Amino acid sequence: MIRFDQVSKRYPGGHEALSRVSFELENNEMVFLTGHSGAGKSTLMKLIIMMERPSQGQVFVDGVNLNRLKNHHIPEIRRNVGVVFQNHQLLFDRNVFNNVALPLTIGGYKPREIGRRVRAALSKVGLADKEKQFPIALSGGEQQRVGIARAVVNKPAVLLADEPTGNLDPALSEEIMNLFGQFNQVGVTVMIATHDLGLVKQMSYRQLVLSQGRLNAK
Amino acid sequence: MPNKSNRQSKAVSGASTHTHGIADKTMAYIESHRTICLQTLGNLCGVWLTSLMTWMVIGIALALPTILYVLLANIGNLGGGWDGKPRISLYLVDQIEESRAKILLSTLAADADFESVRYISSADALDEFQRNAGMGDILASLPMNPLPIVIELEPAELTPAELKLKVLQLETMVEVDSISVDLEWIERLFALLALGERFVATLGAFLGLGVLLAIGNTIRLAIENRRAEIEIIKLVGGTDRYVRRPFLYLGFWYGFGGALVAWSMIKLSLLFLSGPVETLLHSYQEVFTLQGLDIAETLALMFVGSLLGIIGAALAVGRHLHQIKPG
Repeated sequence: MIRFDQVSKRYPGGHEALSRVSFELENNEMVFLTGHSGAGKSTLMKLIIMMERPSQGQVFVDGVNLNRLKNHHIPEIRRNVGVVFQNHQLLFDRNVFNNVALPLTIGGYKPREIGRRVRAALSKVGLADKEKQFPIALSGGEQQRVGIARAVVNKPAVLLADEPTGNLDPALSEEIMNLFGQFNQVGVTVMIATHDLGLVKQMSYRQLVLSQGRLNAK
Repeated sequence: MPNKSNRQSKAVSGASTHTHGIADKTMAYIESHRTICLQTLGNLCGVWLTSLMTWMVIGIALALPTILYVLLANIGNLGGGWDGKPRISLYLVDQIEESRAKILLSTLAADADFESVRYISSADALDEFQRNAGMGDILASLPMNPLPIVIELEPAELTPAELKLKVLQLETMVEVDSISVDLEWIERLFALLALGERFVATLGAFLGLGVLLAIGNTIRLAIENRRAEIEIIKLVGGTDRYVRRPFLYLGFWYGFGGALVAWSMIKLSLLFLSGPVETLLHSYQEVFTLQGLDIAETLALMFVGSLLGIIGAALAVGRHLHQIKPG
């Protein structure tokens, strides 16, 4: 589903965030991406949703070589890859329902379909009763779950999560990790970047370890 | 498991290429336009005071050239009362016999180049003069009527050159003492009007550019304010077109609202002007009503306003949107 082939990313100024990274994620696999902060986890994920382009090497998503992708096809890739951001990236001027509905509104779905899917996603993350609230009124964990609902609402094939438990207490973190496990069980390819090694050990998924931009598989 | 994942990926690709039919997709597209169009207007009305100020700026810039255009059109109308049909007055030589004057009159009346002829005898002229000028006493004290017989001609549609020729012909007639043609001032008026139209067009172009920049700048601020939203929309797969759309509608509403403001301003200033103008013209025995914008002109104003709004927004969006990461 996702394949990196000798991928390097150098930022202007010479800092090399990733160097010659290669790995492959099977369809329906779930992996953890671990490493210290600054090891290149975020950069790797940004390459998958084309927030960045590699300096060298090739990235494939669902068989598509992202290097060959024209700019106007980027949205199609992003619609197929749900992303959960560490800082949630919610819109504070609209309520939970409309935040979650955003990918569907963009995709041109009918209002009835949008309502059905948003409510399904919200009940999946346990926020069925909060759809009319505004993000500001929610706790950190709830905001994170709104972000997750938005990431899965249009049923993407791939789900990426960048430090999804970064600011949460252990119990909540585990709950959220289990949620990702559930999505994986219904066929979604999941990649979670985290430095919460305790949690990673509890769950038996493959681990990709980044250190100083290099990948050591475990 | 592989089966399941196959199904999942099919469902996904189905969602992105839209399994629902073209009709449904078109409906959803129209619906999304309608929603964004109304939402944008709603947002503008939500901060109506700020919006009103922008509308006023655009309105004034649109109203200024438009009202000058309206006034020019009115002056044109005023001149239009004589347009191409100046009156020619033939003052006949002194002591001409009335019968000879009448013969001349019927000759001229038979001439297809004149639409109407009017005979004013010396006595009639004296009467009229006494009545209008209020100098009855002085005139009465004169031993004899000093006024000549006058034949007033209204030429048919003639070009200025033809008219000049005609006047030259009339001057050669022995019965004619002198001729006055109220043509020159009309020529000057039309020359002035043409100059005025150029001026209005130039002013209009400059102010149109001003409107474009004002809207562009307002849209730039709107883009800045919604930077976070744009980033997120791009991250969850919003196309550039989708991101651009609300700003184009914003530009449209600014332009359209500005045109409405301009229209109201013009209406008000014409109401304000019409009283004095009509009084003034009435003193020249002219029945005149100040004409505002007709329906076609009103629609043109709305169209130009909206178009400037959309173009201004498109320019701003084109310049600033691609600066927002991710690309």
